[in-house]
Amino acid sequence: MSNSYFVNELVEEATTQTTPERKKRLGVLFWICVGWLALNVLGAIFANVLPLQDPLYQNYSIINAGPSLHHLFGTDDLGRDIFSRIVFGSRVSIEVSLGSLLIGFGIGAPLGMLAAYRRGKFDSLLTTVMYMFLAFPAIIATIAVLSFWTPRSLLKIIIVVGIASIPLVYRVIRTATMNIATKDYVIAAKVQGATDWRILGRELLPNVAPIGVSFLLIGIATVITLEGSLAFLGLSVNPPTPSWGNMINESRTILQQNPWLAIFPSLALCLFLLCLNFIGDRLRSHFEVTEGKL
Amino acid sequence: MLLGIIIVITVGAFYLIHLLPGDPAVIILGTGDSPANKARLYAQLGLNKPIYEQYFVWMKNILHGNLGTSFISETPVWTTIKSAIPIDLELMVISQILAFAAAIPLAMRSAKRPDGPLDRMLSAGSFTLLSIPAFIAIVLLVLFIAIDLGVPHTGPSSYVSLGSDWIGNLESLALPSFVLAVGSFVVYYRVLRSDLIATLQEEFITMARSKGISQRRIMWRHALRPSSVALLGTAGVNIGGLLAGGFIVQYLLDIPGLGYTLISAIGYSDYLVVQGIVLVVAVGVILINFVFDFIINIVDPRISRE
Repeated sequence: MSNSYFVNELVEEATTQTTPERKKRLGVLFWICVGWLALNVLGAIFANVLPLQDPLYQNYSIINAGPSLHHLFGTDDLGRDIFSRIVFGSRVSIEVSLGSLLIGFGIGAPLGMLAAYRRGKFDSLLTTVMYMFLAFPAIIATIAVLSFWTPRSLLKIIIVVGIASIPLVYRVIRTATMNIATKDYVIAAKVQGATDWRILGRELLPNVAPIGVSFLLIGIATVITLEGSLAFLGLSVNPPTPSWGNMINESRTILQQNPWLAIFPSLALCLFLLCLNFIGDRLRSHFEVTEGKL
Repeated sequence: MLLGIIIVITVGAFYLIHLLPGDPAVIILGTGDSPANKARLYAQLGLNKPIYEQYFVWMKNILHGNLGTSFISETPVWTTIKSAIPIDLELMVISQILAFAAAIPLAMRSAKRPDGPLDRMLSAGSFTLLSIPAFIAIVLLVLFIAIDLGVPHTGPSSYVSLGSDWIGNLESLALPSFVLAVGSFVVYYRVLRSDLIATLQEEFITMARSKGISQRRIMWRHALRPSSVALLGTAGVNIGGLLAGGFIVQYLLDIPGLGYTLISAIGYSDYLVVQGIVLVVAVGVILINFVFDFIINIVDPRISRE
């Protein structure tokens, strides 16, 4: 009697676990967003090769012009082509965000995984230190360091933002790994005598990756916004190098004469962020990562 | 832990001065300044002593409420900071009230029918708003709305202090509070919505429904409290972020809060003011986080028992 009850329960457990999940599609919009991001990245990489006008060339005979066939997005107050400045400007955003997150993930993610897997003294020491740095507001630290550490350059921005992101990445990855490290299949692998590297690489990494990618997308969006804010404070790349933030900042003084100079870079930046957010959101629901985990 | 955090913050803020290339005194004062000023700065920062002693000199001054005196404006740094803090507090209170007042009811409406027409509309809307950084929102708002409506938006005299004229004060804070409120609203709405949806599937909600308790009462009395832990955690981080990140809004709209003061100080290379504000803001952010940890423990006592 008790035996059959037990079997019943086992069967029930097995069936609920193997119920084939409704195959979720990512949807057309998702792929449109991916395509848009890919287009932006390709544009940034091949900006030199593409038939674009020189983003620094000043043509005083057509300043503050509206969109036309010759200048798709018009020209700015120095007669520079806004379209080509936007394409070249995307370089700064993409370089800063990828570069700094490479630092953040390169250092934060392995440390987070190791700490969550090993636990013990190593974990508690590292976590205490990281949480202390986490308490220091990253934005204010970035602004402060960049304003003191002169002369400014793109590389310094990447280093400062990258280091500031390490504790954040560490926390997210560590929490995610800890949830998975206690799962049965990890323990099973351990019992079978798998090496630590194998468990980290084959069991933990594939399951932490979706959370990592979601966080990466949020991180890129955050860093791009941050670069824009820094540009407004004059702490980003120096003019005349175009960046989206620089362009929007320059447009403020001549907003009424030439609204295009504000509208097009804003649109480029917002669309980029919208795509990042949308992709992140879809991936999260696809892999069932709740926003609270980030 | 708290002691550790305070050490990290103070060492961090202290060390900033030493990131300046070359002799900090020359950079801060400029090359042509009087020897008297240089001697004063040396005494104030203890620059001729070894670096760890400099830190203790600096800490001792701070514990006496002395953040130094600016060599640009010739006023004590603390006086400058003290006059800016109430503006930040006011902005924060107004924007947070607006954000919560909008986010809580709308998240409840959305969570009632997930994927319903209203939920889809609100989610899409919040998504779009999430992708518009504050600086773009301000530039576009000024471009399309503020100029036409005559809302005061810019110019050094646009800010009116609370003491002199409170209607004028609220008017001058309307645009910045709105922008900050929208930014917070989007985050709060999304966090609360997803938690409410999860909570509404719990058994005690089904129980409450079967007892015939009204939908409104279920939402406010039964579902809101267990769903608000993540919301409060997010709010703590977000408010701390506003203190540090609201600078761009203040700068663009000429609201002389801490952020604005920080940016103008960077512009004038007034390093002692920058250092002071970094310290004050960092301590403020930590205090806010502590307050929210405390509130979370009251809302969900299970957390502290774990």
